[in-house]
Amino acid sequence: MAELFRVGDRVRATRVDPPHHTRLPRYARGAVGTVTGLLGRHPLPDRSARGLAAEPEPVYAVSFAAGDLFGEGDHTVTIDLWESYLRPAAAESRAKGRSSE
Amino acid sequence: MSADHAGPSQGPAARLRRLEGLLEQRGLIDAGQLDRALGAFLARASPANGARLVARAWLDDGFRQRLLADANAALPELGLSMGGGLQEQQLRVVQNTADSHNVIVCTLCSCYPLALLGPSPTWYKSEAYRSRVVRDPRSVLREFGFELDPRVAISVWDASAEARYMVLPRRPAGTDGLGEPELAALVTRNGLIGVAPV
Repeated sequence: MAELFRVGDRVRATRVDPPHHTRLPRYARGAVGTVTGLLGRHPLPDRSARGLAAEPEPVYAVSFAAGDLFGEGDHTVTIDLWESYLRPAAAESRAKGRSSE
Repeated sequence: MSADHAGPSQGPAARLRRLEGLLEQRGLIDAGQLDRALGAFLARASPANGARLVARAWLDDGFRQRLLADANAALPELGLSMGGGLQEQQLRVVQNTADSHNVIVCTLCSCYPLALLGPSPTWYKSEAYRSRVVRDPRSVLREFGFELDPRVAISVWDASAEARYMVLPRRPAGTDGLGEPELAALVTRNGLIGVAPV
């Protein structure tokens, strides 16, 4: 399976708050950032930590502006995120645009 | 979050002791084997390794570029590796410049390049550091006594997945005549995490 995202893509972290182990930090949920690196493929910890079968999937370095995470700050925070945690931000905003028409 | 990591009589520590006991009981490992493996790993795991990488990068521009492009491929040039644990971990080296500064954290637990920096300091694992440095790094650096020029941009790296991070600090002024061991001696653990200048 090819990577869904490329460096430079805008992505939104999912808002899901799962009742089990996850490596998507709470402070990033729902935020939009930019893919800045590809970090290989690794099993999704949400599944592997529960002893479930987990095929390796792409992991990305995603850079967020502090303002988009916390509403303030002039720094960036780069978080390493599994593909399952990410949605294309552009497609999402196009879909929103259509639904509001 | 911290309730799961509480006291030695419960949680992961107790589970680990129970597992180790069972492995020994079933004859899969002999008594003390885990301690010896850990001891051998930790004997090689020291911030002196990170300091050697930095000193070489300051002196050899080709090595610096290889280190930044693919750190795992560059490490063997100094006899180092990110192996030694269950698997070889990916290392990313992030470079400080005149106008950008890097800080490392793991907000979810305490991921850290042990092989190159040794065991992490207690504050690195504290909830205070982990929660605050992503939100307000400039204030946290100030509390470390590091007054960063307000014009310098800060990048915080949250090692939340499989990669590990190390900072390549700026070479201090007035060190032009120094050789590699002398330069390495200037590099501190906090400088490799990004909470202090070198």
